[in-house]
Amino acid sequence: MFMDVSRRHFLQLGAVGVTPLGFDLAEATKVKQRLRIEGATVSRTICPYCAVGCALLAYTKKASDGHVELLQIEGDPDSPVNEGRLCPKGASALQLAISRRRVESPMYRAPGATEWAKVSWDFALDKLASNIKASRDRTFVTTDGNGNVVNRCEGIAFAGGAAFSSEEGYLATKLMRGLGLIYLEQQARV
Amino acid sequence: MVSLAATFGRGAMTNHWRDIRHADLILINGANPAEAHPVGFQWMMRAKLDRGAKMIHADPRFTRTSAVADKYLRIRTGTDVAYFGGLINHVLRNNLYHDEYVRMATNAAFVVAEGYSFDEGMFNGFDPQRKTYNAAEWAYETGPDGFVVLDIDHPRSVLNLMRAHYNRYTPEMVERITGIPRTDFEEVAKLVGETGKPDKVMTIVYAVGLTHHTTGVQLIRSGALLQLLLGNMGRPGGGMNAERGHANIQGNTDHAISWDILPGYLRIPAPGQQNIDDYLARSASKKLRPNSLNFFGENYRKFLVSLLKTWYGESARADNDFAFHHLPKPAADASWLSIFDAALRGRMEGLMLSGMTATSIGPDSNQVLQALSNLKWLCVMDSYATTSSEFWRAPGIEPSNVQTEVLLLPATHWIEKDGSFTNSGRWVQWKEQVLPPEGEARHDHWMLAEAFMRVRTLYERDGGTYPSPVLQLTMPYRDPRRPELDEIAQEINGRDLGTGQRLATFAALKDDGTTTSGDWIYCGHYPESGNLAKRRDGIQDPARNDPTGMGFYPNWAWSWPLNRRVLYNRASADPAGKPWDPTRPGIAWDGAKWTGDVPDYPATANPADQASPLPFIMTSEGMGRLFSNGVADGPFPEHYEPVESPVDNPLHPHQSATPVAHIYLPDRFGSRREFPYVATSYRLTEHEHYVTQHVDQLVALQPEAFVEVPAELAREKGIATGDAVRVSSKRGKLEVRAVVTSRLGPLTIDGKKVYQIGIPIHWGFVGINTGQHWLANALTPFVGDASSRTPEFKAFLVNIEKL
Repeated sequence: MFMDVSRRHFLQLGAVGVTPLGFDLAEATKVKQRLRIEGATVSRTICPYCAVGCALLAYTKKASDGHVELLQIEGDPDSPVNEGRLCPKGASALQLAISRRRVESPMYRAPGATEWAKVSWDFALDKLASNIKASRDRTFVTTDGNGNVVNRCEGIAFAGGAAFSSEEGYLATKLMRGLGLIYLEQQARV
Repeated sequence: MVSLAATFGRGAMTNHWRDIRHADLILINGANPAEAHPVGFQWMMRAKLDRGAKMIHADPRFTRTSAVADKYLRIRTGTDVAYFGGLINHVLRNNLYHDEYVRMATNAAFVVAEGYSFDEGMFNGFDPQRKTYNAAEWAYETGPDGFVVLDIDHPRSVLNLMRAHYNRYTPEMVERITGIPRTDFEEVAKLVGETGKPDKVMTIVYAVGLTHHTTGVQLIRSGALLQLLLGNMGRPGGGMNAERGHANIQGNTDHAISWDILPGYLRIPAPGQQNIDDYLARSASKKLRPNSLNFFGENYRKFLVSLLKTWYGESARADNDFAFHHLPKPAADASWLSIFDAALRGRMEGLMLSGMTATSIGPDSNQVLQALSNLKWLCVMDSYATTSSEFWRAPGIEPSNVQTEVLLLPATHWIEKDGSFTNSGRWVQWKEQVLPPEGEARHDHWMLAEAFMRVRTLYERDGGTYPSPVLQLTMPYRDPRRPELDEIAQEINGRDLGTGQRLATFAALKDDGTTTSGDWIYCGHYPESGNLAKRRDGIQDPARNDPTGMGFYPNWAWSWPLNRRVLYNRASADPAGKPWDPTRPGIAWDGAKWTGDVPDYPATANPADQASPLPFIMTSEGMGRLFSNGVADGPFPEHYEPVESPVDNPLHPHQSATPVAHIYLPDRFGSRREFPYVATSYRLTEHEHYVTQHVDQLVALQPEAFVEVPAELAREKGIATGDAVRVSSKRGKLEVRAVVTSRLGPLTIDGKKVYQIGIPIHWGFVGINTGQHWLANALTPFVGDASSRTPEFKAFLVNIEKL
């Protein structure tokens, strides 16, 4: 008889009381959740992988030392897009968020060097800014061969953004066009 | 996106994920949603399980999508124009199209100007020197009133030219080109032909299996034409549904991280356009029929001026053409391939990469590595090391020989910042910041803003070339070096500079410099009442949150434009405003206004009024375009072979590939003698491109690079599953294990046996599993589509040997 009960039916039975297994699944679930996410803050986010746009619920707790621990990520059951469901990537999103493999600090590799050197943000941003300025000044074309005002920087390219928040992407476009860049790309083509 | 814009007026998935459940027939091409978009795929399964929809999957590989399809067609990669062409021919020849819809909503009756021709694979207007078409020669006949002449029975009506164009795509020809047996094709054609009735709806679902070709734009346009003929556009359960592959590829295309556009799909100006009037004359469409609304063309100036006002503030004034001269004007294509071509030629000094690794993702990785070595500097902003940040010590490269200066800047993750993602279905969903930045990581936009402000300081201090736009760009944020995404969201929305209030709709934008909007299609997402992308009235309360019962959930997030859930929905109702299928209404005329979804049409335009606008409000025709000069390679789609192909084009062997593919010289193409097998690349469920090489659970699930080899070919070559093989193209090689499978069978193409080899893309020399240093894109060709410049990742030639 048990084999004929669909998962949905099984859960419904659980919700009203005792399952065909003879115990109350709803109570069991509650206990488990209590252990894991009791008192946690629930935040709403969106899966970072493909463009289905599955809504996620993220559970965090702040320790007394201020450290925020991410306890759990799960599908948002209220979403008209995913109705709580996630694929293997979305379901393991916590491992993308919390990882020992993150880049820890700004790194610099000088021309011809065989290793990275750890550098400060100040060094890295100064280096980036001076590179941008020097390349812009060297490769900026104000007027083309036909006398057209074109105001373009031909020697710098920017590519990225498929994982940006939209607002970051907009700012990237604004800043790069502000510098006069014409070579702009993200992942729409590749 | 080029192809949908050229056909319907906007470049985006027309419907949305949940809507697919309304379909009767689901045609899936160039996509494997069961594995690549598993959660989106539930809506196709719902259509199948709840309403008995049929699912047809045409793909080179038998995948998990094929496994649940009602019919699987093994198709040669890159030949979908012939497949769709055969379906179009079936529909036209047997008059199965939705006649009333076609007359109401397409340009079928438009008369094409004399001079149009198509002969031996070539359209009129070709310039053999420049190897481009002059698309302006694909024009309509104009009457004395200055508008296009309509006569559906004219020999040069779009419909009649289309019949002539497609009558070559017989079931026999489809079989010769695609390898789909005629009987299988005819079975599918019969099902497709039945959806031309008002009470039947078909959807077409596709992904990069259609876009990644030198004919990518026309592969998609073929499906779009079929959908217009069958009356399936604008309707719930219908549409052209492009499945985007990255969380926010849609949002950041909308916001124009793309060489050819400005935010909201305004074109980047060309060098000859020296002022806004010049620019509009070339960019903004003109109405071709008296009651064409031509919404985009008519309002282009408002959208551009509001953007310039947003970017240049007080420096953008009526007396300086709103600082139009500050906008950079590229002379030629500046897309992905051109970036690396310029670097190879020593003309690119610096490259910034953010969350995207050039080494792995572009075609011809070996050439890309060379290009990166040619740069003066490279700046990688990422959460993890990538094959680009580490390129200087890639296998086979001697670091001391690489003179590129490299920065790797630690970036925050999606979960460490707020802001919105726009999904494939155009739903703009705000996300909260869940965690503080890890360690020293900073947000990408903070790095960019800070770098920009330091560049500004250098110009203030030292001067330099044309500093004005750098000095004048608005940075109106509380901390210009650390803008909040909420501040930027408000800037994107725009405001009335007189009242200071945020606008509720782009209809309020003006061309006199009194309004701002950073991206007009997002105008209205953040009105005075607040950020609508944060709304979460979901499915737990359908009675309240889904008033039409159609699954629009209008108060869950916000979708562009104006919270419309199905684009072109005027075409979901008949000329009188009655839904074609009352059980699946998009919008309906209630005698005073349109009800249902947010209408893609003036809300109170009475359909009985002869002066009311035509249904497709974004095109200059007012109609969906069966014939279009918005593409670079022909007004009707035509089958061309991939640049590397095992056969000559059976339709016109002397013009086998497209004459206008974007080729970079010297080319690195291989011959079919050296490289006899067709290859195609794809994703696996457990990985997302390359970043997941850093995720333990996913690496455990799919640990190792491999290629899929058809069983019959494996027998010929003595290859067994687990054997090491070398797959090579003219450009590079992979040495990986083989998985021998019957998922890839042989095809008979024009009488010749053709094998296809499958290549998952996910591995590189960076990640948890070391030693997996094979880049799938070492094999792929450096060549782009004529219109979109998308590389041909999905069809190329290789050889395979057992090691």
